[in-house]
Order: sequence, then structure tokens, then C-alpha cells
Amino acid sequence: MTTLIIYSTVTLLVIISFIKSPQKTKKAFKIGFNSFKKLLPTLIPMMIGIGIVLSLLSPDTISAILGEKSGLLGVIIGLGIGSVAFMPSFVAFPLGANLLTHGAGYPQIAAFISSLMAVGFMSLGLEIQYFGKKAALIRNLTALTASLVFVIVIWRVHL
Amino acid sequence: MNQNLRGLIKKYKWALLTAIILTIINIAMPTIGANANKLTLSNFLTMLGVLPPILLLIGLLDVWVPKEIMIKYMGEHSGIKGLGIALILGSFAAGPLYAAFPVAAILLKKRARLSYVMFFLGVWSTAKLPMVMFEYTSFGGLFTFLHITTNLTVFLIGALLIEKMLTAESKEAVYQSASALSE
Repeated sequence: MTTLIIYSTVTLLVIISFIKSPQKTKKAFKIGFNSFKKLLPTLIPMMIGIGIVLSLLSPDTISAILGEKSGLLGVIIGLGIGSVAFMPSFVAFPLGANLLTHGAGYPQIAAFISSLMAVGFMSLGLEIQYFGKKAALIRNLTALTASLVFVIVIWRVHL
Repeated sequence: MNQNLRGLIKKYKWALLTAIILTIINIAMPTIGANANKLTLSNFLTMLGVLPPILLLIGLLDVWVPKEIMIKYMGEHSGIKGLGIALILGSFAAGPLYAAFPVAAILLKKRARLSYVMFFLGVWSTAKLPMVMFEYTSFGGLFTFLHITTNLTVFLIGALLIEKMLTAESKEAVYQSASALSE
């Protein structure tokens, strides 16, 4: 659905752009293609790496690990798995909701979900290529801090 | 060894390394290996579905949006307006976080303020509107509300602090490396 929206929007913009200036549109294609070429050496290992990590860290494995663990250790494990794993929200949210109904704690699930969305260990290589080591690390550490703050708040409100 | 080939190997060393690891897993643990192959393939398909339109979009942005416009709306002195635009851009986004990097890079190339671009990345990761709806139905209102408010607050603080943490040179280096990838 979202893919469809993106593709139709971009197609429409390309058509408008082409009517206004074929030359500029050609240049836009060249810029897009060039950056894809430059990203490829980072994208390929990232895709394979995610494939490997997810095959070892399947939703079943994550359930087994996160379902039992509670307390501070569970939170730390949740943050760890969330930072390293890479899965779309439409897989992660039902997984988290299912774990909650099977007795997992809210703080542990919050740690997993929040870090999964914001911390990107597997895409760190790409992020460094774009913004340099320092900025990429600071952003990820900020994201980890944000997840931790969320966990603390969830812990205090006793959901 | 041929100079070109050596350059190519060096450039793709991580790709080769991960491919070798995947091969070893396939030999040593065939069941996990088969699963890893399937997941890798589906990652590539997702990436090839998401990235081309976004890269084309940044190409269009590059040729049509002049630097002056970006500086006016998201630049150093754009104030709350720049922050608001970062929030809107991030929440109307779709796609995995890595798809946000090229967008962030073109914003930087056009001299948007680093803090606002970092905040944009934070919003994209956590508060994309379609995902907020889905989170609400999965975990309930309070969980979602606390998730978004705490995370966005920390992202905002982090985004404003990042400019203090980086020296003028390393800040410029961020602008340069982001620009180099969108040319």
C-alpha cells in the first residue's frame, strides 16, 4: 500500500519534471542512479547480514528469550535484541502483543519494540557512510537512551 | 592481480565476507542456512522496492529545490519552522529507517540544519503515522502515547546536543559526506 503511494507519487513528479525540463529530469535520474551505485557495497552486506541475524533470531527464538525473562535482565536483553534485530513493524508489533498476552512484561516489550524501531545496528555501516562515524554513533546512542527512558516511564506507570 | 579487480574486491570486501559466512552457515547448518537465504532474498526484494523511488525522489529534489529555499525553511536560522517541517516530513514517511538516510542526506546537502535532520531521522524511526495507528491497535493508547512522547523528547534533546558535541570541522565533515553520496 505505502509502496504503491510512493511509486505513484514519484511517477507523477517525474512526469511533471519531464514536462518542465527533460534535461533536469535526466540529471535527477543520474543522481539517483549514482547514489545507488555508491551505496551498493554497503547495501549488499547489510541485506545478507540481516538475513543471517534474523535466521538465528527468528520470531520464535525472540519469543522464547523475551517471554521468560523479566526484571532488569529482561529489559537489557530486550534492548540488545531490539538493537541488533531488523524486522518491519508489521511483524514486530503482533509479536510483541502476543508476548504480552502470554505473560511477558510491558517494560521488556517496550525495550524491544522501541530499540527495534530506533536503534539500527545492522544499518550502522550505511549510516556511517552517510553521516560519518561520530554523528551515526551519537544518533544511535540517543536512540538507545530514548528507549531506556521509555522503559523507565513504562515501568513506573505499571501498565 | 589485476588492479581493477583488486579495487573491486576491496570495495566489496564486506559483501564478500558476509556471502562467505552465509555459505558456511549453509554448509554447517542447512536448515538455518535455507532460512537465512530466504530472508536475505526477501531483504533484497524489499530494498529494491523501497530505494529506487526514494533515490529518484532525492534526484528530483536536488535538481528542483534550490539551496536558498531549504536554508530558508530548514536552515540554521529557520527556528521552530525548521523543526516543524522535520516533524511533518518524518511522520508522513514510509519505509525502513535506512530509507530515511538518503532523504536526510539530501536535506544536509541543501544545507538544512544538522539538528533538524537528526530530529527528522528520529521521527521517521518512531512516529511514522501509519505505524502509530498500528502500534495503537497492538499495544493500546497509553503505551503508544508514552512511547512517542518520551522518544521524541529524547530525540529532540539529542538532536540539539549533537551540534554541541561535534566540532565545527566534524560538523562540516558530516555535510560533506552526506553531499558526496547524493551527486
